[in-house]
Amino acid sequence: MDTSIWRPILYLIGFMAFAGLNAAYLGWCERKGAGRIQRRTGPMEVGFQGLLQPLADGLKLMSKQLLVPTGVDGILFRVAPILAMIPALTSFAVIPFAGNIQARSVELSVLLLFALASIAMMAILLGGWASGNKYAVISAARSVSQNLAYEIPMLVTVITVVMITGSMNLQDIAVHQQGGFWHWNIFALNKSILMPISFIIFFICSIAETNRAPFDMAEAESELVAGFMTEYGSMGFGLFMMGEYLNMVVGACLVTILFLGGWDCPFGLFPGVWWFLLKIYILLFTVIWVRWTFPRTQIYKLLNLSWKILIPFSLVNLLVTAAFIKIF
Amino acid sequence: MTVPIECRQDETFVLNLGPQHPATHGVLRVKLTLDGEYIVEAEPVLGYIHRMHEKMAEDRNFAQFMPNTARMDYLHALAFNHGYCLVVERAAGIEVPERAEYIRVITVELNRLISHILWWAAFLLDLGGFTPLLYAFDDREQVLDLLERVTGSRLTYCYFRFGGVYNDIDDEFITGTYAFIKRLRSRMPTQYHALVTGNIILQKRLKGIGIITEEQSRRYGCTGPVARGSGINYDIRKNEPYSVYPEFDFDVPVYHECDSMARYMVRMDEMEQSMRIIEQALDKLPDGPVKAKVPKILKPAEGDYWASVETARGNLGHRLVCDGKKNPYKLKLRSPTFCNLSCFAEVSEGMLLADALAFMGSLDLVIPEIDR
Repeated sequence: MDTSIWRPILYLIGFMAFAGLNAAYLGWCERKGAGRIQRRTGPMEVGFQGLLQPLADGLKLMSKQLLVPTGVDGILFRVAPILAMIPALTSFAVIPFAGNIQARSVELSVLLLFALASIAMMAILLGGWASGNKYAVISAARSVSQNLAYEIPMLVTVITVVMITGSMNLQDIAVHQQGGFWHWNIFALNKSILMPISFIIFFICSIAETNRAPFDMAEAESELVAGFMTEYGSMGFGLFMMGEYLNMVVGACLVTILFLGGWDCPFGLFPGVWWFLLKIYILLFTVIWVRWTFPRTQIYKLLNLSWKILIPFSLVNLLVTAAFIKIF
Repeated sequence: MTVPIECRQDETFVLNLGPQHPATHGVLRVKLTLDGEYIVEAEPVLGYIHRMHEKMAEDRNFAQFMPNTARMDYLHALAFNHGYCLVVERAAGIEVPERAEYIRVITVELNRLISHILWWAAFLLDLGGFTPLLYAFDDREQVLDLLERVTGSRLTYCYFRFGGVYNDIDDEFITGTYAFIKRLRSRMPTQYHALVTGNIILQKRLKGIGIITEEQSRRYGCTGPVARGSGINYDIRKNEPYSVYPEFDFDVPVYHECDSMARYMVRMDEMEQSMRIIEQALDKLPDGPVKAKVPKILKPAEGDYWASVETARGNLGHRLVCDGKKNPYKLKLRSPTFCNLSCFAEVSEGMLLADALAFMGSLDLVIPEIDR
């Protein structure tokens, strides 16, 4: 491995830029996508097709005062938005974008990503708790139970993938799937016939983990006003939003690496980082599409879905995969 | 998912939902006592938008009160026009020309259609689906254009006059209405039912939630789609016919499930029935004057008069007491939403917060009409 000091610095700048652009422009994509779905045009005023809108929004948020209401826990209230952003940013360090684009190849990178995702949940919990607002507290409680419920099927599904590849290193998992779409884990029917289902389970869980509609229990605006973000304004709110979009990106990266072959081309042509980006943006578009098409579920139905359907299915899937590996 | 509540007093907390809250559609405040997310007690607090409309009626003559009627239920303003006209006409003994009656029915039903369309949009918004709102507004816009043509306004109509209507309808309105009905009929199965009614999340959120039993419905005096969703076949247009409604062939949709889904389906079916009434009225539209000769200042004889009409939300009654002067001695309104809301406290007990808000949305509340 190259030990030059420039390598980490370049990767740091690169990932910061990638994360910043994604956090800003996914918001723009979402508004444009929502506009298209709703037969509107979306933002059009600032720049060509509203392309400078994220910049304008950022400037507006930064120029506002960070209001800390009386009765809140000052330290936690300020820490929470940062905590929402940092883990998502850190996750990029271990994600392999292509065979040679990865800041750090960690042996247990899958585990690390899940650990970081749990910290993002803590941000919502702390933000909601510290706000001292009843809506925020309800939202925080909902978010914790939701994340707990959905992390289990997610982890069990990851175990199946790890069993197939025999490694917890994202780089190895992606390399294992090279050479056309029939090698991808989603189509690895010879390893376990339930792989497509486990892909769907994992994708649903990743939407639920990032608190996106139809599972946006934590910020259900018609019930809880803005949930844990009710008391936040200025960049506190901005950081939460950016954290949400970055978590979406990390989730999409994870789905791509675990199931869709990472940077592999479906037909063996020009494998490279562009395929990886194409895949994550297709997934992100799906997430946006789902959000603007479905109504919201209800918290107990959401938990039922996880405990009564997703967890049993993922456990069955785990057993079937283990049996397949043992027999063949 | 209703569970029996057994909790100690110190384990509950009070949540003030409103008067400014995205789901209460106006300035309704609900004082909720919650145990976790379960509602132990709900107390609707009214009066934030009280404007003394009934007192205003006493201070001005009969015609001057006309614009006020549209400010109460701004979503079905023409029905409030109609109810008030009906009671004053009964008091003063005014005959309405037949063409005017037909025009009244056509415009009131068009207004009912867009009231239901807007309810549909806002209800989906309560359930977290934002997109249907913009599709519904597309349809609503068409009707607003049509009504603007004849009434001159888009929301708070003041179109009816004692003894008729302000303006005759023209051919463009008639062809436009036919075209709109054709368009809505083609969009109903795809856009409204296939995309939304059939959605699994929507079904799960509405079925079995917010059950108002027939007994409760009668006890609280619920009317309109709320009562019809509880299996009570009661529609003023059929039970106490007024205007020219007996001449039209239409059904009253009744569902016996008593839940939010039943109320949803009642309103969706009512839209179809409204379209049927409008089509028949346009087909049979007679010629003639649209306004009877009525003195500028009315002085009805002493007496106590009552008239009720069916608005999009239920039974609207006007009680008018006259003492022979040019202004009413007393005008009392029986507005449907007030009674429909009154069952909220009892029914929402033991519900989850999210379900209670979906249930509240299914009642189709218009707060200015409750407070008046």
